Amino acid sequence: MNKIKICLYFPPNKVTVPLSYHLIKNFDLQLNILHADIDLAKTGKLIMDVLGEKKNIEKGLKFIEQQGIKYKIFNKTIIWQEDKCIHCGACTAVCPSGALKLGTIDCMLTFDKEECLVCELCIKSCPLNVMSVAF
Amino acid sequence: MIKKSFEEINEKIKKGKAVIVTADEIIDLVAEKGIKKAAQEVDVVTTATFGPMCSSGAFLNFGHSDPPIKMSKVWLNDVPAYAGIAAVDAYIGATELSETKGMEYGGAHVIEDLIKGKNVKLHAKSYGTDCYPLKEITTFINKKNINQAFLFNPRNAYQNYAAATNSSDKTLYTYMGTLLPDYGNVTYSTSGQLSPLLNDPEYRTIGIGTRIFIGGAQGYVAWEGTQHNPEQNRGTNKVPIGAAGTLTLIGDLKQMNTNFIRAAVYEKYGISIFIGIGIPIPILDEDILEKTAIKDSQIFTNVYDYSVQSRKRPAIRSVSYEELRSGTIKLNNKKVSTAPLSSLKVAREIAQILKKQIAKGDFVLTQPVAHLPLKNKMNTLDIRGGKDE
Ligand code: SF4
Ligand code: SF4
Repeated sequence: MNKIKICLYFPPNKVTVPLSYHLIKNFDLQLNILHADIDLAKTGKLIMDVLGEKKNIEKGLKFIEQQGIKYKIFNKTIIWQEDKCIHCGACTAVCPSGALKLGTIDCMLTFDKEECLVCELCIKSCPLNVMSVAF
Repeated sequence: MIKKSFEEINEKIKKGKAVIVTADEIIDLVAEKGIKKAAQEVDVVTTATFGPMCSSGAFLNFGHSDPPIKMSKVWLNDVPAYAGIAAVDAYIGATELSETKGMEYGGAHVIEDLIKGKNVKLHAKSYGTDCYPLKEITTFINKKNINQAFLFNPRNAYQNYAAATNSSDKTLYTYMGTLLPDYGNVTYSTSGQLSPLLNDPEYRTIGIGTRIFIGGAQGYVAWEGTQHNPEQNRGTNKVPIGAAGTLTLIGDLKQMNTNFIRAAVYEKYGISIFIGIGIPIPILDEDILEKTAIKDSQIFTNVYDYSVQSRKRPAIRSVSYEELRSGTIKLNNKKVSTAPLSSLKVAREIAQILKKQIAKGDFVLTQPVAHLPLKNKMNTLDIRGGKDE
């Protein structure tokens, strides 16, 4: 099993294409939608994890292209240097996905890589410079 | 009415018999036992905070070189320090920026490096005098080879502070963190029910000479802080509903520990420094105890729109810290997520450490030598141009 994180960019006329249905049905892929920003009249954006056999993922990506939908594979990950973190919470002010959260009881920061959209907003908003991006 | 004196409490501390709880723990204790019983049992309540406090800095004395120099301009790792005090004294302010690295490195980082024991490059210039002939010096200093090094922070431990949001269509980069457009978030900075001056709203026990925990060391309250504003509006519980009292704090840099003092950079705003502060409150009577039992739900602040670039920003709404801590609040009927800037986790650690230090007798309480003023009008600065008329 392989896993990649991709962002799909739907042109206005393609927003209604039942893409995930085909990806699941025809290529045996598992999809985990992390972030959806879709408006029928405008361009749409969908960020998701794609799980499956390497070959199937490749086929699936080709299929996406054939539908006239552009995509980007995230090859970067965000690194949180936990030992340097002071748990102030400033990064949670900008994190759009909820990957960075402060515990309501222990007030400690947690970072859920799975939920991260690699938007990199947290990197500069951390006053202690403990978030970074790795390729 | 229960009455205890500082001497009695210190006597109990020395005998290892004092009962000490944190300002978090006292809440449940009072709920369980009531104020009277709790005031009888508890001797000290520890309070703490760990937040960014820009108005901080350190006095350093470098010792004399041979031949000697009367330093008039000083740089520490390329960060300018103020040297208009005698020959080898300087003040390094936390928010001063490096002349070579800009916002990446500043006075706060110099202070952190000194605490860590690192070597810091000292460069100084002088005009030369008969008694101080040297005109320039470049060398390295560290906390072992200089004389006194102490923090002297003109404004720390704000009693309360505004919460910030942004109504404009642009992201704002402020000392309140990154504020997203169109009311995208709300930030706030306090340790709330654990915060020193919110637990002693009328400065009955915290005053000049109060011994404190600062940056991991023991220090003192030196004076009222700058912009000390005791006349701020207060609620029925006497707790201010906005920026009010402040403290000038002093502490030995050489004894500090970077777990409790850290340099910080706020994007496109500049440099600040997180200062860890712990202040014990002696339970001298029931009123003092009652005040320490305050909860986040009873402490309020106002949310201000930071896109209004004026001193007179309109307040959008009043909000309790309980609501702010919940993660979202309602602004103009929209759910907006909230984020703190000060670390409650480290503040809680400090309150626990202080509790242990007092229990072991390593930290005894001091009675203030003078009280902080309860009256003080705040002035503003008029822009009058270059002519003094
Ligand atoms: S802003 Fe930085 S230091 Fe603060 S909680 Fe987030 S990662 Fe930790
Ligand atoms: S890059 Fe940072 S801000 Fe963006 S989603 Fe990931 S954790 Fe959140």
